[in-house]
Amino acid sequence: MDNLKDINYGEALYDGCYQEMERDDSVFVFGLGVDDPKGHYGTSKDLHKTFGSKRNFDMPLSEDAMTGVGIGAALAGLRPIYVHQRMDFLLLCMNQLVNMAAKIRYMSSGEHSVPLVVRAAIGRSWGQGAQHSQAFHSYFMHVPGIKVVAPTTPHDAKGCLIASIRDNNPVIFVEHRMLYSNTGLVPNELYEVEFGKGRVLVEGTDITLVGVSYTVTDCIRAALALKKIGISAEVIDPVSLSPIDYEIIRKSANKTKKVLVVDNGWLTCGFSSEVIADLGINCSDLNLDRMGFLESPCPTTKVLEDGFYPNPENVAIKANQMCNGDKNWNPGKISREEINSFKGPF
Amino acid sequence: MKKNFNTKSAYYLFLLIRKSEEKIIDLYDTDKIKSPVHLSIGQEAIAVGVSLALKKEDIVFSSYRGHAHYIACGGNLKEMWAELYGKIGGSSRGKAGSMHLSDWSVNFMTTSAIVTSAIPEAVGYAYAQKYKNQDGVVICYHGDGAVDEGVYWESLNFASLHQLPILFVCENNKYAIYTHQNKRMLGDSIVERANSFGVKSLRVDGSSTEDFYNATNNSLDKIRSNSGPMLIECLTTRWRDHVGPGEDRHIKFRSDKDLDYSIKSDDLHNLEKLLSKKEVEKIQSEVDTKLSEAINYAEESTFPEISEITDEVYG
Repeated sequence: MDNLKDINYGEALYDGCYQEMERDDSVFVFGLGVDDPKGHYGTSKDLHKTFGSKRNFDMPLSEDAMTGVGIGAALAGLRPIYVHQRMDFLLLCMNQLVNMAAKIRYMSSGEHSVPLVVRAAIGRSWGQGAQHSQAFHSYFMHVPGIKVVAPTTPHDAKGCLIASIRDNNPVIFVEHRMLYSNTGLVPNELYEVEFGKGRVLVEGTDITLVGVSYTVTDCIRAALALKKIGISAEVIDPVSLSPIDYEIIRKSANKTKKVLVVDNGWLTCGFSSEVIADLGINCSDLNLDRMGFLESPCPTTKVLEDGFYPNPENVAIKANQMCNGDKNWNPGKISREEINSFKGPF
Repeated sequence: MKKNFNTKSAYYLFLLIRKSEEKIIDLYDTDKIKSPVHLSIGQEAIAVGVSLALKKEDIVFSSYRGHAHYIACGGNLKEMWAELYGKIGGSSRGKAGSMHLSDWSVNFMTTSAIVTSAIPEAVGYAYAQKYKNQDGVVICYHGDGAVDEGVYWESLNFASLHQLPILFVCENNKYAIYTHQNKRMLGDSIVERANSFGVKSLRVDGSSTEDFYNATNNSLDKIRSNSGPMLIECLTTRWRDHVGPGEDRHIKFRSDKDLDYSIKSDDLHNLEKLLSKKEVEKIQSEVDTKLSEAINYAEESTFPEISEITDEVYG
């Protein structure tokens, strides 16, 4: 245990970033507010005091150009980390990410690559509304040349960030705000969490639950509720969304014969579509279903917002129904302290 | 610092670019080049003048109208021709074509077919130069159309904010395809706008290779002494159609008179007049040999295997 520490997700991101900057002079961090006193939930706090302002700097509100600046610096051999407080703002960067970052390696036939990490916070709760809550991982999963990761645990947050920094491709790094306060054991040393490898977080035999980022925690809470009524749910955290570890999902599906995919996003053309398509093609005799955002923009008022997102209760209810057809069971209210305690204002 | 303009080198590069592109026109009907081409004919003096002022460590970013820039900064001509032919001898094994030429061995960086999109990359590269305390200056070629995009001004703002070592070279041929600058902006002062962003700017009006050379030299001297980013607006004329090998007179979107004047004042002929007959013949022979070797190389190179399609998507 000497080499482990109990820290939260945000601290794990800071830890990985700090250690990589210490190890490699070519790593730098930029984005709106990264060097302000809050340092993006503490994940980049005061890095400029240790590494200098050329390696941790604030920027003009020019998301489009600054994406190109990151790509250009990456072409010159640096390893930029571009931080966004809201993934919604990545829409201002799409031309650069899709037409440039994803293409340059291919168009130069591998002569050069773009080792750029784009960190993007997503997240629900507390009235973030239609333009401050969106998760666009599927947009980037669609594009060859870009990798996408969405770690759930502090361990994977640090390991994925280190792997993303060292990777020679553009990586979209998705981090849900409701995960920042979640704690877990994290190694002190530098380590990489491999792209394209998922994890079985809870082992089970009756049904497979696959989440994305924060909805993995909904799946875990649902699994605990299901356990009380004798249903053994297996929970898979894909961690890496592009490439996806299809093998780990197929293996679980072949065991449980029932898969419920709970995306942290809309269903159409999304992560759930991909997983279910793969299972439909490569496995047989499965009971498949999915959940995600309702097909509307995210409403701001709490009462509607609560209905818009998946939650542990409705994940458990649907899973139970898939197992035994029972439509009447209800696990009762399942507490999510990180949501209850979140008071903004940001 | 006053530097001497090398007329022989200028004539050689100018002729190599002109003849290469005229050869593209000659061959285009054979369909050996199965992709769009955006010719630089009429605008070569800028690429030649700028390139003669560069040092080995300088870095060049360009766009889809990039043949002249590629050749002028010493890009491999054989690989360019094989790339146009879509063959594995090409600089990108046929995956780039005319619009995405690059030759990293001479610091000729990525070119983009989306107007303006490689400009922030050039600025980012300049940021890295400063970050790493490297000597080379970044040259960022673009057309007048690029300044219509918002990202252009975002890029200039960041370049001046951080006083980056970059020279923007705006080739103003007045037209975005067939749309005149006066339909796209009030007034025509790109220089004034760039100056207001803290990018010291000047305009070079004319077709003289030497004028472009001198303006580049003076600007680079200042940038090399850390005076921050600069811009040269080069007024020029595109002789051919926006895309493809043809002329565009029949579309009647611009005056024949202006075009004829530009063709009449072709700096290739002006340079030729400054050289002896013997010097001209020698250079013409060198250019012909180099060009025919490049085309032979492209002809003899083979097409990529189908299995290469998904290669180099990820590194």
